[in-house]
Amino acid sequence: MLAYIIRRVFQSVIVLLVVGLVAFSMFRFVGDPVDNMLGQERTQADIERLRTQLGLDQPFPVQYFRFLKGAAEGNFGVSYRQGRPVATIIAERAPATLELAFVSGVLAITMGIALGVFTAIRRRGAAANIIMTLSLVGVSLPTFLIGILLIYVFAVELGVLPSFGRGETVRVGEFWTTGFLTTSGLQALILPAITLGLYQMTLIMRLVRSEMLEVLRADYIRFARARGLTERAVNFRHALRNTLVPVITVTGLQLGAIIAFAIITETVFQWPGVGLLFINAIQFVDIPVMAAYLMLISVLFVTINLIVDLLYYAIDPRLRIDGRTA
Amino acid sequence: MAISPVAETEYKGSAQPEQGQQPTLSVRDLVVEIPTRRGVLRPVDRVSYDLAPGEILGVVGESGAGKSMTGNAVIGLLDRPAHIAGGEILLNGKRIDNLSRRDMRKIRGKEIGMVFQDPLTSLNPLIPIGDQLAETIETHLNVSRTEARKRALASLEEVGIPAAAERLDSYPHEFSGGMRQRVVIALALCAEPSLVIADEPTTALDVSVQAQIIALLKRLCREHGTSVILVTHDMGVIAEAADRVAVMYAGKLVEIGPVRDVLTHPNHPYTDGLVGSMPAHSHGQARLRQIPGAMPRLNALPEGCAFHPRCPKAQEKCRHAPEPELMNGAACWFPVGEDA
Repeated sequence: MLAYIIRRVFQSVIVLLVVGLVAFSMFRFVGDPVDNMLGQERTQADIERLRTQLGLDQPFPVQYFRFLKGAAEGNFGVSYRQGRPVATIIAERAPATLELAFVSGVLAITMGIALGVFTAIRRRGAAANIIMTLSLVGVSLPTFLIGILLIYVFAVELGVLPSFGRGETVRVGEFWTTGFLTTSGLQALILPAITLGLYQMTLIMRLVRSEMLEVLRADYIRFARARGLTERAVNFRHALRNTLVPVITVTGLQLGAIIAFAIITETVFQWPGVGLLFINAIQFVDIPVMAAYLMLISVLFVTINLIVDLLYYAIDPRLRIDGRTA
Repeated sequence: MAISPVAETEYKGSAQPEQGQQPTLSVRDLVVEIPTRRGVLRPVDRVSYDLAPGEILGVVGESGAGKSMTGNAVIGLLDRPAHIAGGEILLNGKRIDNLSRRDMRKIRGKEIGMVFQDPLTSLNPLIPIGDQLAETIETHLNVSRTEARKRALASLEEVGIPAAAERLDSYPHEFSGGMRQRVVIALALCAEPSLVIADEPTTALDVSVQAQIIALLKRLCREHGTSVILVTHDMGVIAEAADRVAVMYAGKLVEIGPVRDVLTHPNHPYTDGLVGSMPAHSHGQARLRQIPGAMPRLNALPEGCAFHPRCPKAQEKCRHAPEPELMNGAACWFPVGEDA
């Protein structure tokens, strides 16, 4: 087991290195940061000097290597735009994104599984059919449109919820600011969380439903019924658990996607998280911020994947014996 | 069709090992129907039989003859849209075919146990077998968790799982097929039901294990006084285990009687064909006898007796007269023994 984890961590490091390499090879196409950094009265000499100072005159593998060297020492460089260390900027912004992602993740998983089980058990019922039809909307509407629709209905027409920002936040500890402790903070969370989680929720729901329908046909479910177990025990103890392995795979990847695609939701709702930071960084060609953000997202994906693989072992005892080669 | 007095009388004469006793199970003119777009199918058509306490009734027939469907109807596990369309099922004198889902669930596992064909797929792969046993015991008997575990252990020991105490927390995949079927039998019997429906319990097993499982089932049912419906298409299993045998063809019961009588002197030509196709009965002939053709599909049953197109003795009456009732042990106008 330990050997497996070590091997996976090693693989993860390689993945991270490749992601970084690809990222750095792309930065030169985003634009020239020097244009934005110097004022109108710049001279060619100024440009050249700044370029050398930032190391932008070097080929990208060298820039990448410098970035890695810094990152290994915990130094992600200084933002071109804000002139402050990137690590600090991201640490300031991360709580907003993580809280948003957490709420929409919980929403997507709980609602997704609950509705999936419901529509599978009552698959002929009217309610289940209505939910299935509505879920098509959730799968097919793009995130930003859902966000704008929600803003229109709840912020503009009904005026019950805020349309942008994070509301009041409370500082907890040295790095963390939370919106969970104030009413306005919680209100501000509702619309973005729904926007971000809706797609994942419908996806999880449809997956749970189809897996559940499959499992309900299995012999051991029939046998569980023949033993006179209650419907609840059959559905939840026996059927649901057997649907979880594929569900966890997809859900895990979707959690990564929630954080990664928070960019769109954060833009629509002007949510002060790392996604919005990244969008602004692209506009300004703020290479250190972009690089750090991309690395952060990759670390996240890789970690979630590892957790998902370990969860398989917890759920399915069959893997514990013959899964060693996995 | 109304309950015929004929059906009542003929069982008494044919095969009731312990007369006067209330039968554990009594099936009366059971009809199972499946509505389809092209009309209603009847996979079980007016089947009647009694099962005495502790008796093992073998049910044989080709695939699709309605053997399993009868068992599923008794335990209330017909898959929709199949449903009971007529007749009665009495368990220890109480009608159970018209019970609510809730009441029927309480009977399943507690009064009627079931053993399925494939032990590899009938156990939940994610739950230790001890827990699967304990949850069944807890559901039906009003006992504590610890007591349920204790009884789970006892029932595993009873079915002959070696080192049962250590294996209580093992998962199904850690057992061989034969051992798993023992676990399945323990699960079917753990709440002490009065009836067990064993649906091809040995078909998926190694030949070497089959005899052990049959012997186990037989021993347990004798010890607990449990009646068994043993559904199989293996005449050898019937000869080994059953007290009486019921032969089904195209949804109908065509012959029923004590195993010895039926195997040595089959009355119905179909039974005769089945018995003749057993290796032990072929008397060293190079080729086994076989019944020509295949069973008709339920949506294309022939007129008259359903077996007549394959019957070596079919006559004009068989083709046109309404199908014969089950009389003197066989549903045939011209039973095998009589014309010889």
